[in-house]
Amino acid sequence: MNFEFSEEQQMLREQARGFLSEHCTTAVVRTVLDGELGWDQSLWQKVAEMGWTATTIPEAYGGLGLSYYELAVIAEELGRAVAPLPFSSSVYLASEAINRFGTEAQKSDWLPKLASGECVAAFAMAERPGRLSLTQLETQRTDERISGYKTTVPDAAVADMAVVLARTGSDVELCLLPLNQEGVTVQPVLTLDSSRGHSNLILKEAQAERLGDRTLEPKEWDRLLDGAAALFAWEQLGIAESALMQARDYALQRYAFGRAIGSYQAIKHKLAAMYVKNTLARSNAYYGIWALAEGSDELPLAAATARVAAIQASTFAAEENIQTHGGMGFTWDFDCHFYYRRAKLLSLVVGSESVWQDRLVDALSRRSAVAA
Amino acid sequence: MDFNDTPEEARFRKEAANWLADNVPTDDAFRALAPLEQAKIWQKRKYDAGWACIGWAPGFGGRGASPIEEVIWRQEESEYELPSNFFLIGQGMIGPTLMAWASEEDKARFLPPLASGEEVWCQLFSEPAGGSDLAALRTRAERDGDDWIINGQKIWTSGAHYSDYGVIVVRTDPNVPKHKGLSYFYIDMKAPGVEVRPIKQLTGDADFNEVYFTDVRISDSCRLGGVGQGWQVALTTLMNERAAIGGGFGQMDVSMAMSVVQDLEIDGQPALSNAAVRARLADWYVQEAGLKYTGYRSLTALSRGALPGPENSIGKLVGAPKMQAMASYLMDLLGASGAVVDENLATKAGIIQRAYMGAPGLRIAGGTDEIMANIIAERVLGLPQEPRLDKGIPFNEVPTG
Repeated sequence: MNFEFSEEQQMLREQARGFLSEHCTTAVVRTVLDGELGWDQSLWQKVAEMGWTATTIPEAYGGLGLSYYELAVIAEELGRAVAPLPFSSSVYLASEAINRFGTEAQKSDWLPKLASGECVAAFAMAERPGRLSLTQLETQRTDERISGYKTTVPDAAVADMAVVLARTGSDVELCLLPLNQEGVTVQPVLTLDSSRGHSNLILKEAQAERLGDRTLEPKEWDRLLDGAAALFAWEQLGIAESALMQARDYALQRYAFGRAIGSYQAIKHKLAAMYVKNTLARSNAYYGIWALAEGSDELPLAAATARVAAIQASTFAAEENIQTHGGMGFTWDFDCHFYYRRAKLLSLVVGSESVWQDRLVDALSRRSAVAA
Repeated sequence: MDFNDTPEEARFRKEAANWLADNVPTDDAFRALAPLEQAKIWQKRKYDAGWACIGWAPGFGGRGASPIEEVIWRQEESEYELPSNFFLIGQGMIGPTLMAWASEEDKARFLPPLASGEEVWCQLFSEPAGGSDLAALRTRAERDGDDWIINGQKIWTSGAHYSDYGVIVVRTDPNVPKHKGLSYFYIDMKAPGVEVRPIKQLTGDADFNEVYFTDVRISDSCRLGGVGQGWQVALTTLMNERAAIGGGFGQMDVSMAMSVVQDLEIDGQPALSNAAVRARLADWYVQEAGLKYTGYRSLTALSRGALPGPENSIGKLVGAPKMQAMASYLMDLLGASGAVVDENLATKAGIIQRAYMGAPGLRIAGGTDEIMANIIAERVLGLPQEPRLDKGIPFNEVPTG
């Protein structure tokens, strides 16, 4: 049994945690949250210099060619630090999509710039409130021109390009869309976490090429989402751990009725419940990243399990962390709301809890059908 | 990451599997025996071949196997349907206590027949007035020359009715604070004055007993640890409780739930397409897989010769309420017929209903949900204990009710 990260991966974790505790303090997060930029550009440059954006991109395209295990380790630390960076959009989604589906020319064009961090990429999926449906996409590409509307796209305002989910006729495809062009309007929208900027994209006959040399099969799209979910789970786990540790520290130092509030069972049981959910989420995140890294057939089940567990752990920990802090937790000056915002935000991208519960049960049904 | 054995582990697994394949009794005569008789025959056969209590030293009947080898052995043995519960407490909890606290003479006398299953042991700790607050126990032992005279009552004693020996914690000094007035003995369950009465549980079964002690005389040589040191000895026993209770939750897993749901409809639609049903199935699977892979992480630590982290402490706290919730919800989906317990009529032969009726016991035995949450909060998260009103007060002055 070897269900643990390697020593090198553990060292990478220590290095990432040390780096972020120095360069991505909660003061840094607060500055971005209070401002209007929606990211910390200098932190992005430092992170790129560390090679994090290049982690899984093949060496032939300027990447480090490392495994998803290394990326998971970084994702957890970015979550722990609530890093105000477009990392998930650019790395788990856009770079992954280009590397997975792109033509040789597209990969050569984009991956080196994404690996070095000089190019930031967004990933545009949703078009309207409610669950995404591949059969109801309105954004359409005809003759290298794309038109349509994409809503609440993370990091689009700071990105150079976007990978856009669209259709040609009734075929589904992903498109490569340079954002700095006529025909693209990037309209910032305020979300509950302004430390990560979001925008609506209005596309009017903008230039866009199809990613890859053919249309996208639904199972290929699912595979991309599964991979992203397995990585998001680690980032969400980092948030959950930070929220639990903040609640624990506060429960030890805050006194009421002559004793630390952490000595009351009402608080102890709350924190124990957080620990239980975090532990389940961590073990399921191992399962998810194992399936992704090893290319296992179990990825759909493993990714959905990791995603649901991570959504539940991170939102619960963030909510109950505020509750543990009482009134102080409800103030702008305490940091509790950082985790509350980010946990919910990350629960809404790439499909929310019920979407992944559905995918989980679908995967279970397929498994029991195979067994029968 | 991979789920594979190291070459040494694989070799050991093969050796274990081969021996099991050659030696597990499958004949009808064996199957016709009472479970305790089956268990004793099987245990002795393992002992004679060096496969009993394999983690114990060879001198005590084991083979000095590593923790990961013990796990591999348990995995391989669990491939067969064999009775084993009769020895869990004795071999899992009391054996390690004897090793830590008994005289060399007593170890040589008692450990081999404990390993071979020829002598069965039970644990006499809980009392009507001492459950979660175990150290509040009242059964007393009074000195009489080289002997002690025991009077009082124990409760929730698994297997007392077929045990040869028991370990017992008693109060030897009521004039000092509660943890300081306890002593720990082993006792012959056949001694005069020991009376075992089964407790009928709400399930209708009787897995536990009350044990009454009336002027039971035992020698001071049966004492483990010093007079007044009983609490420390008891902690050795409790520390080894880990896998003894709450390890398995029977056949109540998500696969079973799926197979029930697949045969049901809600308003003419397959129940499996109902969003509420799907959400529950997904949440249970998250818990089930989370526990499974938590176990894999602990095994990895064992495989590397390290101690597992605290993550395993969540097992019973997650598993027992999940079993209750699953059983309850599946019965809801079955509607009125969900109430049927007749094995011949009930869906899944009544497993669901038995799980529902048994679950309250699992949520209490070996540390209630609430105590388990306290343990996580205190030992893992480092939160302080609740202030205790009986702290530092002589036991006979502590308020009771």
